[in-house]
Amino acid sequence: MPVGLVVVSHSRALADAAVELARGMLPGRDLAVEVAAGDIDGGLGTDATAIAEAMTAADSGDGVVVLMDLGSAVLSAETALDLLDDDARARVVLSPAPFVEGLVGAVVTAAAGASRAQVAAEALRGSAPKQAHLSGGPADGTG
Amino acid sequence: MADALDAAACTTWVREFARLVHEQRDALTQLDAAIGDADHGSNLDRGLTAAVSALDAASPASPAAVLAMVATTLIRTVGGASGPLYGTFFLRAAGALDGGDRAALAAALRAGLDGVASRGKAAPGDKTMLDALSPACDALDEALAQGRPLDEALRAAAEAAARGRDATVPMVARKGRASYLGERSAGHQDPGATSAALLVEAAATALAGRG
Repeated sequence: MPVGLVVVSHSRALADAAVELARGMLPGRDLAVEVAAGDIDGGLGTDATAIAEAMTAADSGDGVVVLMDLGSAVLSAETALDLLDDDARARVVLSPAPFVEGLVGAVVTAAAGASRAQVAAEALRGSAPKQAHLSGGPADGTG
Repeated sequence: MADALDAAACTTWVREFARLVHEQRDALTQLDAAIGDADHGSNLDRGLTAAVSALDAASPASPAAVLAMVATTLIRTVGGASGPLYGTFFLRAAGALDGGDRAALAAALRAGLDGVASRGKAAPGDKTMLDALSPACDALDEALAQGRPLDEALRAAAEAAARGRDATVPMVARKGRASYLGERSAGHQDPGATSAALLVEAAATALAGRG
């Protein structure tokens, strides 16, 4: 089974849109992508118990890579690890990758059957194409 | 004399913390509006209101069970960074609570403090909750080591927390949303240190006359 993905965001709309964008890279293929986003009332926020449930749902035995937006999303994802048992926790990688670019890279790599480490590495490389494209030119913001 | 920390005392502590946060909800949110995302008071009030409701409904039998229930409720309902941070505080305090005497209380608070520090990867001086909690734990330990009664020791801890809170004003934030502001975060009192001082104040009020 492929590695599962969990998308953690303050905003359900932001998470769903990021997943839609990433799934566009997978025509006709399926992949477990679980979303844990928004607070308990549907407002902006994160919920570690929902993240832990998403981690469990996305893990079919080969583990999970988690993409997060910022701030409490990171703290809640780390807290969610405290709520899992040791075996499940050992199969989760929290990715420091940029949210959108990382998710796109992770989705493509996971769907191809790569390992957790490979998926996490590809997520982290996610912003490289943008950086390469925009570096060195007249509008790179450094001049 | 009752143990410092039985289930009823823990519940009273949480209830008093909830009351103080509710009373100062708007002030906490205003502090957060200056250097954060203007939700600290409302988020924490919502979480603690839910925690008090959960305790009322379930009446956990042990002090550790009270603290663990508060932890999971805050983690689920707060929404912002204070959810995992206060949730971790109560979860680690619950895990460390061994017995109900004064030393057990001090050790549980210290474990909660260490949990917040490791969760937030923060240290005193970063303009966070730790700037109130850390001096409070130090003052509590020192007073208990001197053999002072629990009342006085907790009062000393609350005063140390308040001084620590006040000392966050000139600090430059190094963690959380406020760190995006850099030097512009100086001149504002930290909302997390402010609510953390209320947590210690609540302990001093609720646990007075015990142990």
